[in-house]
Amino acid sequence: MAAIAPTAGTARSARARSLKHDRRRALYWSYFFLVLFAVFFLTPPIYMLITSLKSSAEVGAITNPWWVYNPTLDNYKALLTSVEYLTFFRNSAIVSLVVVVVTMLISIPAAFALARMKFWGSATLATGVFLTYLIPETLLFIPLFKIFAWANETFDVSLMNHWWLLIIVYPTLTVPFCTWIMIGYFASIPKELDEAALIDGAGYLQILTKIFIPVALPGIIAAMIFAFTVSWADFLYPMAFTTSADQMVLPAGIVTTLIKGDVYAWGQIMGACLLGAMPPLLIYAFLMDYYIAGLTAGATKG
Amino acid sequence: MAQVNLRKVVKHYDETPAVRGIDLDIADKEFVVLVGPSGCGKTTTLRMIAGLEDITDGDILIGGDVVNDVPPKDRDIAMVFQNYALYPHMTVHENMSFGLRLKKVPKDEISRRVQAVAAILGIGELLERKPKQLSGGQRQRVAMGRAIVRNPKVFLFDEPLSNLDAKLRVHMRTEIKKVHQKVRTTTVYVTHDQVEAMTLADRVVVMNAGRIEQVGTPHDLYHSPATLFVAGFIGSPAMNIVRCGLEEAAGGLRLRVNDEVAFPVPAERIARYRAYAGRRDLLLGLRPEHVTDMRTPTAPGQCAFDITVEVIEPLGMETLVFFALNGTEICARTNPLAGLQAGKPAQLLADLRYMHLIDEASGRVL
Repeated sequence: MAAIAPTAGTARSARARSLKHDRRRALYWSYFFLVLFAVFFLTPPIYMLITSLKSSAEVGAITNPWWVYNPTLDNYKALLTSVEYLTFFRNSAIVSLVVVVVTMLISIPAAFALARMKFWGSATLATGVFLTYLIPETLLFIPLFKIFAWANETFDVSLMNHWWLLIIVYPTLTVPFCTWIMIGYFASIPKELDEAALIDGAGYLQILTKIFIPVALPGIIAAMIFAFTVSWADFLYPMAFTTSADQMVLPAGIVTTLIKGDVYAWGQIMGACLLGAMPPLLIYAFLMDYYIAGLTAGATKG
Repeated sequence: MAQVNLRKVVKHYDETPAVRGIDLDIADKEFVVLVGPSGCGKTTTLRMIAGLEDITDGDILIGGDVVNDVPPKDRDIAMVFQNYALYPHMTVHENMSFGLRLKKVPKDEISRRVQAVAAILGIGELLERKPKQLSGGQRQRVAMGRAIVRNPKVFLFDEPLSNLDAKLRVHMRTEIKKVHQKVRTTTVYVTHDQVEAMTLADRVVVMNAGRIEQVGTPHDLYHSPATLFVAGFIGSPAMNIVRCGLEEAAGGLRLRVNDEVAFPVPAERIARYRAYAGRRDLLLGLRPEHVTDMRTPTAPGQCAFDITVEVIEPLGMETLVFFALNGTEICARTNPLAGLQAGKPAQLLADLRYMHLIDEASGRVL
């Protein structure tokens, strides 16, 4: 025993040392890559900020592009006093908020039905919902054109070139994905919870509103953030379906009005983009905890 | 009146039978425990009573009414789940009052009833907490409180104690019994733990492979098991079961275990077993407490025999002695002061007044 004890002791301390060593090395590498990613992803917004503080003359001048010699807020003043830009902002805000509401109104009941009410073909339908998400919008906008033209001919309603058209179109992007992640989230709620509610006297609608929505709130907020981000940032559909400046949302509006022919108002473009990126950024900042909780749902027991 | 009656209840999951025809009458205010190994259909039976599973065939009656197609909420039952199924976003008070609020019971009455039940269960101080802030035993109490507060016709418990540690389980077992004595509601309780079944039940229903093996009081099941399965399932340590033959001997009968060991059948059992004399395919069942270390018989029907001790397990108040007989491991409960030692020969006493003779082929106790 006396001979074994010290050996075991040194072996243990050697292992502890090497564990500590391993941990430190892993940390160095994590920091290295984290810094690398941070630099990589923060460079564009910083460059945008720098450019947005320059006058057109300074943007065009051959100076260090990473430094502002004569900082000015003229670009922001111009943007915030421009009726057009504020219209884009308003349109974007209305479209995105309404799309979030519409998406939730469709996705939550759909996900509940697909996750809990076993009916004929429910599993196939759930997969089908997700498959529709895999079809890119670049493939869809031409058929959508056709549909709008057909609606115009048949019902004499003009859908094209209206900002509210996007409220109809965006849910095709947001509903499938939101339904899909909420199916997963609802499925992680123990079956006994709805059975207990069923015995307590709740109907399906009450189970949904009083049990599932509150319990799955982090997941629902994650889905809402997703829906908001998608409809705030989508570029192709507004470019394709809206043409007049007063009907445009931010992403399309910025590139159509601030690029005139081959003249790029770089300072204003950059400022407009930065301001436009603010709402999602603020939402992420404040709801980040919910978002992460939603994405890692079911990883731990409550 | 809230008796529960099952009439030839059958349940199939796609072609796989889970419950194969159950007849059971549960009286008003009775505490009935369904017990059996996993997959025996006990939980399915409970869920059918609750209305959470459709029944394939047969009838279920609650309070005399057929409830086959009545949804759970209209059956006036309350269920306590294995994982408690407390609503995580609600406080204890909200959890307990959820059913009453759905029924639109006046607020002050809800409050009064919740307070009263909380007092019975000793959770009065926890009413504003969320389930996450409660210990396992407290959650268990809240789950019971949620059931009691609705004042249902029938309580259904689905293995409510199996998520608790051993010590707390024993404690909560007593609590459940106390609560039932106070609240006196018809109760159906499912467990795989035969100790829980014995301690709680007015009557125990032993199930196996989708059928009822035996229904009876804990005392009946323990002392007069009807089948080999019940004999082996009820009791811990389990009943010793050893193959034997029954032979005629000098006007009486003798159980022949092997060439060396044979026990005379007690006089009062001879008439009962006479018809089976000559059979070699019988099983002798004798509980460990009826194999003891007393060396000399003190009553007729006791019989000494020699063994070699293989393993001893001292438990404090008694010492379990294990030895082989006819290739079967036998357990005896002995006085710790008898000083039996592993590997040493010893003489033990079998008390055949408590024997069971089992027909191996049919599994019936004769």
